[in-house]
Amino acid sequence: MRLSSKHLTLIIMAALIVAAPFFFPSGYYFRVGALIFVNALAVTGIVILTGYAGQISLGHAGFAGIGGYACALAPVHWGLPPALAVVLGAAVSAALAYLVGRPILRLKGYYLGVASLGFGILVAMVLNNERELTKGPDGIEVADLGLRGLLKDWGLNLSNGEFWYAFTGLCLVIGAWIALNLFNSPSGRALRALHGSEIAAGTVGIDVARVKLQAFVISAVYASVAGSLTALQNKFVTPDIAGFMHSVEMVTMAVLGGVGSVPGAILGAGILTLLPQVLTVFAEYEQLILGLVMMLVMIFLREGLVPSILRKIRGRGE
Amino acid sequence: MSEFLQFLFSGLTVGAVYALVALGFTIIYNASGVVNFAQGEFVMLGGMITVFAHAAGLPLPLAALAAIAATAAVGVALNKLAIEPARGAPVVSLIIITIGASIFIRGAAQLIFDKQIHSFPAFSGDDPIHVLGATILTQSLWAIGGAFAVFVGLWLFFTRTILGRAVLATSNNRLAAQLVGINTDFVMTLSFALSAAIGAFAGVLITPITMTSYDVGLGLALKGFAGAMLGGMGNPKGAFAGGLLLGLFEAMTAGYLSSQYKEAAAFVVILAVLFFMPQGLFGSKSTDRV
Repeated sequence: MRLSSKHLTLIIMAALIVAAPFFFPSGYYFRVGALIFVNALAVTGIVILTGYAGQISLGHAGFAGIGGYACALAPVHWGLPPALAVVLGAAVSAALAYLVGRPILRLKGYYLGVASLGFGILVAMVLNNERELTKGPDGIEVADLGLRGLLKDWGLNLSNGEFWYAFTGLCLVIGAWIALNLFNSPSGRALRALHGSEIAAGTVGIDVARVKLQAFVISAVYASVAGSLTALQNKFVTPDIAGFMHSVEMVTMAVLGGVGSVPGAILGAGILTLLPQVLTVFAEYEQLILGLVMMLVMIFLREGLVPSILRKIRGRGE
Repeated sequence: MSEFLQFLFSGLTVGAVYALVALGFTIIYNASGVVNFAQGEFVMLGGMITVFAHAAGLPLPLAALAAIAATAAVGVALNKLAIEPARGAPVVSLIIITIGASIFIRGAAQLIFDKQIHSFPAFSGDDPIHVLGATILTQSLWAIGGAFAVFVGLWLFFTRTILGRAVLATSNNRLAAQLVGINTDFVMTLSFALSAAIGAFAGVLITPITMTSYDVGLGLALKGFAGAMLGGMGNPKGAFAGGLLLGLFEAMTAGYLSSQYKEAAAFVVILAVLFFMPQGLFGSKSTDRV
């Protein structure tokens, strides 16, 4: 059987996730790894929206906020198990994305960016201000997912770091698998067609507004699930999760690695998650360096790291 | 009535600043098609540089002029170093470049200046004027008057001078402007300098009232952007009116509804405009070239 590039990508990803822990000098790296995987999952959603469909969102952190707070609030107020709270958060995010996206996606250009920006900030504002429900800017505790205890009962004893590393890694592989499947499906082709030219896509019979809306809703679900996983992993969530800077981070991660490619998104998420960890030594310069990296990559490697590097390699091979 | 008047004054004061930020947005957007998220950093630089130049012993008017000139230079540098090399890049890349620039400028300001909140004395004393039971700060009059002066100045510049018309021509059709001998690179640089100077001027006007710190830029950029959207993207008159309206809307929200959610006003406006009249108040319907 010939391996498709899709399967190859997934196998390499899974292999890296399994192999990496053998090189971890301490347990702390499991935590960093899990952070990278969660970010990469959210960024995979951005790849579908921006890379496939060519639409910009500057408010996806709003959906992450909804996912995160669903896990904090639903178990306490409605007695939902945390796993179902993840589903609830995703459903609410999808519904909101549909409502916000429907009128906006009929417009062209950066309008979605602007509208989603407004939406994201409104979510952050509600989370900050509705203190009775969300406990405001200080954040709120999140119940335990309970899966680690369950695994323990089955005789699989993992440390907290190891469990979250494995679990988020698994979620990421599943997320990437769905995104890669979508890429070659009729819907994915329609998305890429309208990225090329909305007018051309429309003339060959693609319902442009509907397809864009699908991409927006799917990517919102990715962001929401990633937000839930962040909250569950930290057992705590603050309104910063829905902040504008978090939205910007997501888009930057996607574009840094190469917005059209899933592996690129994961690389971008890895770099931008590690950067602050490395830069804690010169925390003062963090913003300066982050800003500089964003500008330099966009100016000199417009397609992002992975596509640019791949092109270099192929160019040399010829 | 006096209550309403009070909200009206405070709305017009912040609205004047939003209007100036929105104008700055519009100038750069028209000249280059770039939505410049670093616009708010110009306002921050205007305020911060004035504070530090004044503290270093410069008289206030000179410190303000120095701040405006320095910020204009930052605007030119932004165009030359970050926007021009990326010409032809997709919209998402340009947006990320300007967001990167705004983070960079904020990081630099935090290193060069500090993280404290600063202010400098109002231009003509701190005694408020009483009007029909409401009070208005003299500095508010400076801010509102300053914004109108800039607007009229820009209008004269764009309609009465060769250079201004060259800018308009470039924003209408870059290639055609080049063909009739307009130096479009210079027009771009000029637009960034002008827009940065207007932002810095807004910073100078408002700092005695709202104070400033290294991180005020982002919020102002978003508000100014909302104002520009409300008026109709790319239309200077719309941007100015949109900024003022947004300020009023925010002040009325704070006064009559909830001060916690006054910040939300801007974003509710953005969403409402996009849902119901995507061209904004003054925008014209756009068509697409195939």
